[in-house]
Amino acid sequence: MSEKNSYEVGFSSDAMKEPRRIVFITRNTSAKVKGDVGPQLMSYPHVILREGIVFQILTIVLVALALFWDAPLEQLANPLLTPNPAKAPWYFLGLQELLHYFPPIVAGVLIPTLVVVALMVIPYFGVNIQGEPLWRHSRRTRLQIFLGAFVALFVFLAVYQAWTVLVPTVLVAALALVPYFQPSGPSRFVRYLMSRTLPWWVMTWFIAVALTLTTVGTFFRGPGWSWVWPWR
Amino acid sequence: MATTVWTQRLLEQVRKTRVWRSIFRRGPARTNRTRSLAVFGNLSLHVLPVKVREKSLRVRATYYLGSISFFLFVVLTVTGILLMLYYHPAVPDAYRDMKDLVYVVANGTFLRNLHRLAAQAMVVAVFWHMFHVFYRGGYKPPHEFNWVVGVGLLLVTLFLSYTGYLLPWDQLAFWAITVGTNIIGYVPLLGRPIRFLLLGGHIIGQNALLRFYVLHCVILPLAAVVLIAEHFWRIQKDGGLTVRDDNEREE
Repeated sequence: MSEKNSYEVGFSSDAMKEPRRIVFITRNTSAKVKGDVGPQLMSYPHVILREGIVFQILTIVLVALALFWDAPLEQLANPLLTPNPAKAPWYFLGLQELLHYFPPIVAGVLIPTLVVVALMVIPYFGVNIQGEPLWRHSRRTRLQIFLGAFVALFVFLAVYQAWTVLVPTVLVAALALVPYFQPSGPSRFVRYLMSRTLPWWVMTWFIAVALTLTTVGTFFRGPGWSWVWPWR
Repeated sequence: MATTVWTQRLLEQVRKTRVWRSIFRRGPARTNRTRSLAVFGNLSLHVLPVKVREKSLRVRATYYLGSISFFLFVVLTVTGILLMLYYHPAVPDAYRDMKDLVYVVANGTFLRNLHRLAAQAMVVAVFWHMFHVFYRGGYKPPHEFNWVVGVGLLLVTLFLSYTGYLLPWDQLAFWAITVGTNIIGYVPLLGRPIRFLLLGGHIIGQNALLRFYVLHCVILPLAAVVLIAEHFWRIQKDGGLTVRDDNEREE
């Protein structure tokens, strides 16, 4: 699928006709040019074709699933008959799980608002543009801050007995500490963890907590929001 | 082979006609110039970039998650419009219409399954897309604002899914919306007015169903279309998708 332009490109020897580009390097800047990002392709047909294939595969998968899986339909809505437990749609069950631990103003209003605001401001905080790994520089100071934040969070969650938030928090924190105590990590996995940045850890923690809460809320909560095993 | 030549000749003849040329205003897309025209001379394609980096087309760069989210929205629009033909946003007709879809309408169950499935899939796809973009560093300059538009699209997707949840008017729908809208009531000062505005009253009844229906079928889809257009157009204006420089160390 190579594409060739019909015209030839070359250097002109006549500097009057073809001006040369000159680079001025001012103080406190570098002559670094933007890295070569590789060849380019025409959107038509290369992107359009690929998108078409994606759409076809997606439609086939959806139709196949829709043939064998039935959308749920329960009895006619009855305001007098409250199911136990009454559950929100699955993507809000993480919040409902939080409501179990924290007062509604915190779990239902404060936390979702903070999450949305945090997501929106991510690009404006210039978080770690260089992509510097968490434990590369000033390791001791960072460890103190990290442990301080972790202990504060741990105590807060333990006071509210929010176990389904606490467990993924502890796991992610433990994973983040692995590369600190193994500076010359032998395995590939530890080397991977070593190269992770602080935003990476924060987002991974957020996803871990959100996934745990949603899974627990969907499958492990029964009457009165008590713990049930889905296979019993 | 013979048929191919025959169809090609026919196509060339059609391309020469006045009507064709009045519509497309370009020759066959065999040169880079006409291929560019194919994109920016087309109303729906012109928001896309004319050229893309080869690297940004690799599956690992995107997993096509943004495209999948958009295509799910298309599937939802088509199946949603078809479902509207069989639906009355009234109590208890809404529930009766669900029963009709199952027992009376030809392929009604399939239609509803497809809509429900695509809706769940879209929520998953949009979340996954956002996390993937984050891990790829796609929010970094000059893509800051497109990330914010993306967060807006995530919220619209969630509200679309949520408002659609009430429409079958069964026990599942009613109580899920009850749980959700009770939370809104806890917002300080504005909570109760917002809840009243959303439900058209103090309880989930006929008014709430109608409001959720209008939100689900008109207001939120329009908001989604505007935001999607901005989201796509921004990719082009911000200089294409984020591609990792090979010179930078990866992992």
